[in-house]
Amino acid sequence: MGMMESTFTTPGTSAHLHPQEFLTFRLGAEEYGIDILKVQEIRGYDQVTRIANAPPFIKGVVNLRGVIVPIIDLRLKFNLGEAKYDAFTVVIVLNVLQRVVGVVVDSVSDVLELGPDEIRAAPEFSSLLDASYITGLGTIKPATEGGETRMLILVDIEKLMGSADMALVERAA
Amino acid sequence: MAENSNPGAQPGSDAGGFDLTQFYGVFFEEAGENLANMESMLVEIDVDSVSDEELNAIFRVAHSIKGGAATFGFADVAELTHELETLLDRLRRNELKLRREMVDLLLEAGDVLKLLLARYQGSGEGRPDTAALVARVKQLATGHLSAVVGDGRRRVRVRVGPLAEPATADGLAELFRDIPSLGTLEPLDGGKAIEGYRTFKVRTNSPDEELIELFSFHVAREQVAITPFDAAPVRAGGPVVHEGEGFGFFVDPATLPAAQAAAQEARNAEPKPRAEKSQGGNLESSTLRVSVQKVDQLINLVGELVITQAMLTQQAKTLDPVQYQTLLAGVTDLERNTRSLQESVMSIRMIPMAFVFNRFPRMLRDLAARLGKDIELKTVGEATELDKGLIEKIIDPLTHLLRNSADHGIEAPAARSAAGKSPTGTITLSAAHQGGSILIEVRDDGAGLKRARILAKAKERGLAVRDEMSDAEVWALIWEPGFSTADQVSDVSGRGVGMDVVRKNIAALGGSVELDSAEGYGTRVSVRLPLTLAIMDGMSIRVGAETYILPLASVVESFQVESKTIQTIGSTGRVVRVREEYMPVVALDEVFSVPRDGSEAGCEIMVIVEAEGARTALLVDELLGQHQVVVKNLEANYRRVAGVSGATILGDGRVALIIDVASLVKRTRH
Repeated sequence: MGMMESTFTTPGTSAHLHPQEFLTFRLGAEEYGIDILKVQEIRGYDQVTRIANAPPFIKGVVNLRGVIVPIIDLRLKFNLGEAKYDAFTVVIVLNVLQRVVGVVVDSVSDVLELGPDEIRAAPEFSSLLDASYITGLGTIKPATEGGETRMLILVDIEKLMGSADMALVERAA
Repeated sequence: MAENSNPGAQPGSDAGGFDLTQFYGVFFEEAGENLANMESMLVEIDVDSVSDEELNAIFRVAHSIKGGAATFGFADVAELTHELETLLDRLRRNELKLRREMVDLLLEAGDVLKLLLARYQGSGEGRPDTAALVARVKQLATGHLSAVVGDGRRRVRVRVGPLAEPATADGLAELFRDIPSLGTLEPLDGGKAIEGYRTFKVRTNSPDEELIELFSFHVAREQVAITPFDAAPVRAGGPVVHEGEGFGFFVDPATLPAAQAAAQEARNAEPKPRAEKSQGGNLESSTLRVSVQKVDQLINLVGELVITQAMLTQQAKTLDPVQYQTLLAGVTDLERNTRSLQESVMSIRMIPMAFVFNRFPRMLRDLAARLGKDIELKTVGEATELDKGLIEKIIDPLTHLLRNSADHGIEAPAARSAAGKSPTGTITLSAAHQGGSILIEVRDDGAGLKRARILAKAKERGLAVRDEMSDAEVWALIWEPGFSTADQVSDVSGRGVGMDVVRKNIAALGGSVELDSAEGYGTRVSVRLPLTLAIMDGMSIRVGAETYILPLASVVESFQVESKTIQTIGSTGRVVRVREEYMPVVALDEVFSVPRDGSEAGCEIMVIVEAEGARTALLVDELLGQHQVVVKNLEANYRRVAGVSGATILGDGRVALIIDVASLVKRTRH
């Protein structure tokens, strides 16, 4: 990854002067990155107990070593094509909002370190996510000559999970 | 007057009406700690440079022990600590300078207190004579030896009875012997009972209330009648010592020099060497103070144990009973032991409701006095136990409900008489177990909720109301934030911030609250709380391909049905006939939108459940079994789900939802 060459911070990022680590995952056609510190573990998808009358993207709850954890399928939430559940389905277990929550994504890639110079402000564009959840765009230089530069959409996953339409957190009725 | 109606209250019990001896333990423990603290503080004190904070701390010890002793009727302890309090109060206000002999005396007093308390706990013999000690403390504090003798006493006639055993009144004479400052008592009846009544002439400075308090140590309060004797005028002369909050009252500057002289005397009369320790009487506690976290940790571990045991039991079912006989026997024993362990551990955190109720008589008495109303408080079911965590959180909502009843419910005595009611209003607090919950009710026989006023207020606030709304719907408006029909906002209630907060607080505990009222007759608020949340007995049932758990405490019976025994009423209601009754039917596959692929057999089993006094029949596919279930909180990581009270982990590791029976039963009532 690039070395830190400058110390100015770009708007749209949190004021980190040192590299931040992001877990990258794929959702639909795009790649996203979330703060690795919010990720508890990554596991497969199985034995989910359905919860009646929950929104369709909330698949239900699972037993994670004695703790009851809700599972949200982001593919369904954002209407991304077909959501298959098989041996390769991956669940990212997050630790956000003082809760443990699992999200289903298409696939998980590596953990990347991005310095401030590799993160740019996100322009206003309509995408899956409301711009307020996007903290920036990361650029990953290709590993090999002639490879493609990847673009990573950096997401404030805690804010996203706490939003009203995620129906995770009970609002005062 | 707020008092519990509990005829035959024992001596040692208070206007609270219930037995206070159960609280002795806490008092003795804390008094023991306090005395130990006081001793170490006194030992370390530097007479020449003592800080206000140290004096305050020692004062607080005396004050707190006095409070407890007075409540429980430990007259000698109360008297001694009262004098100590007086001395310490003057010291902390810098009206007196601390001297060595004061410290010595205080230490000695501490020892004597330990002895006295040990006697009340049942250990140690002989009654230490406190009169001399009390006199010496008084000397140091006021410079007067028994400032009470002679002057300014009033005379009253005390009539005690009817007594089953007239000799018990002789205990009163003992009181006056033990507490010299109390006054004098002479029998007027020559020491013999007349028709079961004894009469005495008493000269005292203490107020009637205090006399009765002390007498209740020997005879019941209701048996004491005090009337003025000859109405002789009280001679005002000399400093009158009041047994009450009189700190600084009796400070007469003229007495100060006398204090110096008396102190000189005291210095010469060396107090007994502290080395002469008492015989017998250690304040041993048979209780252990344990942090709540340790108990919770214990409960969690037991919960995990139950899950593991359930898993083993399930696996064991698949084994050949003949070949694995001993193993299966072991598993059965394990199940039994685990259950006992679980019950024991759960009971550690359970505390009787009396802890909550006991603060209310006093509060209500003060409140009634302030509002100019006459209110009696009745309590029922104080022995009902509730988890410690819930107890602490239920106090605020209950306090608010009580204040509401007193303020808005019960009418002024004149209004009550005009309405043909007794001028004394009654508020009843009750607690009872019901199935897997505890039901707490606050009932008053006051004016009830005024339907018209509530509707008017609601319209005023722009809420959507109709005149034809049912009573229940109208009462439900009370829960709206900011709602209050009070004409005036008093500092007691009426601001309208109460009821919705009450409901929210109770909901946060996993409970529910309901209002019921009849205008002119009274109001009843019912609070329902789940009992222990951690482990319960459950019945697992199958609906479609899913497993659900029913709390066993709510299950009444189950049987097979044929679809033709289920009748429809109207377009959506269904009922089933069970013996002589028709019961509403709830199909669980509908409630939980369970996917059916058509190939499975339809619901064939009916499970009758009971909640909040009403019964409903649930339609399920199959009964799977009965077992202990560890309740896991769904809301910790997710949120509240309608119809579901929690989740559990089955033996195979899957999560199963626990059905909230009360909410299902409620559905059928609409």
